[in-house]
Amino acid sequence: MAHVALTETRPKTWWRANQQWLTPWLFLAPGMIMFGVYVVWPIFESFWLSLFDWDGLGAKAWIGLANYEELFQDDAFYTSLQNNIIWLLLYLLAVPAGLAIAIFLNQTVRGIRIYKSLFFFPFVISQVVVGLMFSWFYAPNFGLFFKLIEMVTGKGVAVLADPNLVTYGIIAAGLWPQIAYCMILYLTGLNNVNPEQIEAARLDGAKGFRMLWHVVLPQLRPATFIAVVVTVIGALRSFDLVSIMTDGGPFGSSRVLSFYMYEQALSEYGYRMGYGAAIAVILFLIMMVFISGFIWKMLRDEKEGY
Amino acid sequence: MRSMKKAPIAALAAVAVLASAPAMAQQRIVNYYADFDAAPLAAMQEVIADFEKTNPDIHVNLQNFDHEGYKTSIRNFLTADAPDLANWYAGNRMAPFVNSGQFMDVTDVWTKNNLDDLLSSAAASMTIDGKKWGVPYTYYQWGIYYNKDVYKKVGVSVPTTYDEFVSNCEKFKAAGIDCVTTGTKALWPAAGIFDYLDLRTNGYDYHMKLTSGAIPWTDKGVRDAFAQWQRIQPYITANNAALDWQDAASLLVQGKAANYVMGNFAVAVFKQGGMTDDTLGFMPFPTINPDVVRAEEAPTDTVHIPSGAKNPDDAKTFLAYLATADVQTKVNIALGQLPINKNSAVGDDPFIQAGFKLLSTTKGGIAQFFDRDAPAEMAKVGMEGFQQFLVQPDQLDNILDRLEKARQRIYK
Repeated sequence: MAHVALTETRPKTWWRANQQWLTPWLFLAPGMIMFGVYVVWPIFESFWLSLFDWDGLGAKAWIGLANYEELFQDDAFYTSLQNNIIWLLLYLLAVPAGLAIAIFLNQTVRGIRIYKSLFFFPFVISQVVVGLMFSWFYAPNFGLFFKLIEMVTGKGVAVLADPNLVTYGIIAAGLWPQIAYCMILYLTGLNNVNPEQIEAARLDGAKGFRMLWHVVLPQLRPATFIAVVVTVIGALRSFDLVSIMTDGGPFGSSRVLSFYMYEQALSEYGYRMGYGAAIAVILFLIMMVFISGFIWKMLRDEKEGY
Repeated sequence: MRSMKKAPIAALAAVAVLASAPAMAQQRIVNYYADFDAAPLAAMQEVIADFEKTNPDIHVNLQNFDHEGYKTSIRNFLTADAPDLANWYAGNRMAPFVNSGQFMDVTDVWTKNNLDDLLSSAAASMTIDGKKWGVPYTYYQWGIYYNKDVYKKVGVSVPTTYDEFVSNCEKFKAAGIDCVTTGTKALWPAAGIFDYLDLRTNGYDYHMKLTSGAIPWTDKGVRDAFAQWQRIQPYITANNAALDWQDAASLLVQGKAANYVMGNFAVAVFKQGGMTDDTLGFMPFPTINPDVVRAEEAPTDTVHIPSGAKNPDDAKTFLAYLATADVQTKVNIALGQLPINKNSAVGDDPFIQAGFKLLSTTKGGIAQFFDRDAPAEMAKVGMEGFQQFLVQPDQLDNILDRLEKARQRIYK
């Protein structure tokens, strides 16, 4: 037993005995502590807070599930929920649109790098700037979009003042950078597509859409997965654009859950911490559905060795 | 975000304190947190300099915040690290801080300096539970600002009754001009219109009962006020829900709109846009029901002592100083607003003069503004309802039902 012989030369300390299993935990500890304090603990704290009526200053009053009861009768909550669903569905358009642009740009032409950077540009600028630009674009009386519609139909449409259009207007603004993001994911994915398989498929007579669907897309699966994940999460946490472009208006028609939560808990007229926490809990539960789905898929893929 | 923002502020404050420390070894420090814009800030700095001259043993350390950001930061600093003085607003807007014990009772400053008499016009709005909770230093009138050129072009005269106002609107409409403009993206401009319609239709007492939750929103009086609103709704700038109030101001400047229900602070914006005393006019909101005593809207800005103040005695000295006639004259000429002390002089700007005349002859009472008279939650729901009414007047029943539901929940 060479191992025993070696260790016998030095005294056996506690550290030496436990080093093997302890070291990975020590390395994990900073991350786990941060994650625990800043992510896990606040989640439970939110659950707990959502059972109180609290303005953030005075004493907390225990009201049990009353916040949730009120929430489920609150029209504004259903408007926000509905908008979240619209966001989720329409935001996913960024994935096919990003793919289309990526395929279009995936060619070797002189100056292609410039075109690629130009298409990627919207993702680089801040969401706040995107929001401001689109507010001007839609602005009544002087906005480009307003003027164009006025030229065509004779009467301009103020997207951000129309309760039925406002959410779509904001989503369009959000899609602009999101498409660029999906595009860059697919462009890197396309670099890794195996040229031999393409060649073989071409010999077998595949081209156009069939080539894309049966040969290219399966190889892009990791890129598609990431694109869907970031887009779904991006849609659920859409906050900045709503806040910049409309502040939830007109009369709350463009609110999403994350914005409604902020409004109730922290905005100028809010400070209903418990109610805001209840909205946060609902949003968390909705996100959990997607996140557990993604994690489950990742674990399965890892097991199967993708 | 917040912590990132606050760190440099705290650091700056620390640097400021350290830098000024050696110069005033014997001085007692009063920390004052405020939310002034540039011109008022300069005025207040002068006031502080004068105060320090007369009270050489006190140093006022003014820390200025961004106006909008202040509304959220005040909640943090009152509980975490309270200054000795803090800006805020009168009326129901200060109620959350008074009720949670964050503001100090300063009734002694009022009695010692005879402020009940000197500041009588604002005394009611500074009182909760029979005590005074701060000192008001400025207020400004609301009313209708109008474009004189547009009135001339369309050939109508300045109305004194609401019926005349409405018939003017038809003529403006025929000329392709918005009779009333507003930008309700930030919600509150719509509340100004509602406040006046309610004050003129039902009077001050009714309006105060409504904003304090004693009258249901489905009441006939509220419906009457909205019926008056309905008469001008078609003549109000379309798409106002997507406009900031400054955007609407430029419509008035450009002559695309005739009237704007606004506070006096808008005069600066109109004049920046190129209007002068010859083209910009001011009129009181016209009479709807001649039997209703005229009441006006004049939001009051105030200074308070947080209960966590470390140097409340010197802070009280400053409050008493801020309440004096000369100081209020000086601050308000710089602000372009009205002093509250009845012995103060009023600036000779025609709009300030008009406001002074308007408010000093008001018999009915002076309202603070919807979002200061009503509690914050009710204000938010209410102002959203007003905005919705401007876009979808046919939804009135739904709006009022929703407001009533909110009233029953909020005023428990």
